[in-house]
Amino acid sequence: MAFVDLNKVSLTYRMGKETTLALADATFSIDKGEFIAVVGPSGCGKSTIMKLVTGLLPASSGEVRVSGAKVTGPIKGVGMAFQNPTLMPWRTTMDNILLPMEVVEPHKRRFRSNRAEYEERAMKLLKTVGLADFARRYPWQLSGGMQQRSNLCRALIHEPELLMLDEPFGALDAFTREELWGVMQALWLEKRFTGVLVTHDLREAVYLADTVYVMSKRPGRIVLTRQIDIPRPRSLATTFEPHFVDIVHELRDRISQEHA
Amino acid sequence: MTDFRREALKHAMPWLVTAVLLVIWEIACIVFDVPEIILPKPTKIFTVFVARFDILMAYCWDTLWTTVIGFLLAIAGGLLLGLAIGASPFVYSGLYPLLIAFNAIPKVALVPILMIWVGVGSLPAVITAFVISFFPIVVNVATGLATIEPEMRDVLRSLGATRTEILTKVGIPRAMPYLFASLKVAITLAFIGSVISETVGGNNGIGFLMLSASARNDAPTTFAGLFAIAIMGVLMYAVCALVEKRMTRWAFRGELVS
Repeated sequence: MAFVDLNKVSLTYRMGKETTLALADATFSIDKGEFIAVVGPSGCGKSTIMKLVTGLLPASSGEVRVSGAKVTGPIKGVGMAFQNPTLMPWRTTMDNILLPMEVVEPHKRRFRSNRAEYEERAMKLLKTVGLADFARRYPWQLSGGMQQRSNLCRALIHEPELLMLDEPFGALDAFTREELWGVMQALWLEKRFTGVLVTHDLREAVYLADTVYVMSKRPGRIVLTRQIDIPRPRSLATTFEPHFVDIVHELRDRISQEHA
Repeated sequence: MTDFRREALKHAMPWLVTAVLLVIWEIACIVFDVPEIILPKPTKIFTVFVARFDILMAYCWDTLWTTVIGFLLAIAGGLLLGLAIGASPFVYSGLYPLLIAFNAIPKVALVPILMIWVGVGSLPAVITAFVISFFPIVVNVATGLATIEPEMRDVLRSLGATRTEILTKVGIPRAMPYLFASLKVAITLAFIGSVISETVGGNNGIGFLMLSASARNDAPTTFAGLFAIAIMGVLMYAVCALVEKRMTRWAFRGELVS
């Protein structure tokens, strides 16, 4: 049985008397440990999928199930990272990363008395993303790329089963972005969480995902499901191989049909 | 001009401007032969200030402690109410219009009522200082809470944080710079509040001293009182500004980095 299951899920936003169908009849499932990416034209309801899966928004119709249980409210312990790193400026990088430990069970109860152990754990994670020397700095003393690395660490520190990424690299320059794809892949290869990535960047989607879903313009429907059969670890060189480029073109063609 | 001299001049500017204004005032009094009962010369005010320093200090002390107590109450009350308004849309829609209505009432109109309730003395001054300095604190704290990034909220909610946890982990720390910024405004208002109360119906404090002095046509003492209030106001403002910098270092990040 799949880890995340969406069955004919729709979402309608209501603004006064006007209603907007943001997502229509989304049916797909994500296996445990699978990394999927959702791409599509802007405003197609990509982020809506994220909010539905995590229970931040209730579905208007249809059913969302996560590890067998129907989602009715925010599900707990999910890791989330947005384009805006949303680090707390009053906390050091270390304290920012430890935030989930203060909230998620069972760490919450153990956190105060076992702080050293948790700091060690956070330090290990910081090392893997190359931020070991910046643990005691404040977020505003870090560059945009470094902030986004910390953001990823915060989303992963409690080893969530589900990681939600909403255009996490969208605001970064191309070099930093491609570097962070590598960081993200390394983290996934190590921890094998279930990942949902929402992005505009088709190369990013193909680089990171096992399966890419293409959505139509509003109301969002899934119009293409593409398995990415490129072996990992993938590298930047991979992105220039013909097979990779073919897949990107295939996705791009499908999306441009939406704009026609 | 060297950097050092520029910096020195920048720090000297408030003193220079004050000195120039006082000199102009002095000269104007002499040139236009202004009667002392209407506008005493600054030198005369200064002489009175020194001669009556002990009395002034005694009355200043009264004003100071009533102001500070009213101000501290306003911080406590304003913080609580601001948190409630910022955290709950229901409290917001229920109380905000009332607060605005209350804030629109000239506080001088409250003093006679307070006198009926609690009599003459320090208590009306404390209460007036409280009610007048309360509003900016509430508004600022509520604004700090209301402007939490939605993404930040989503991150916490999807971790499973409760409303209380969101409030303590993000809401309150985030509201702190707003709170401390409002204190600078609130402390000056608190002074206005207690002096108003002393002037309208007090038997103590610098406001009362000025009122009695003016009743005796003693303009220099009245003006000396005015200066005393201004000096206290500036000092308390400086204290608040210092506390603000200490408590919310991260909000002044621009200055720290450079």
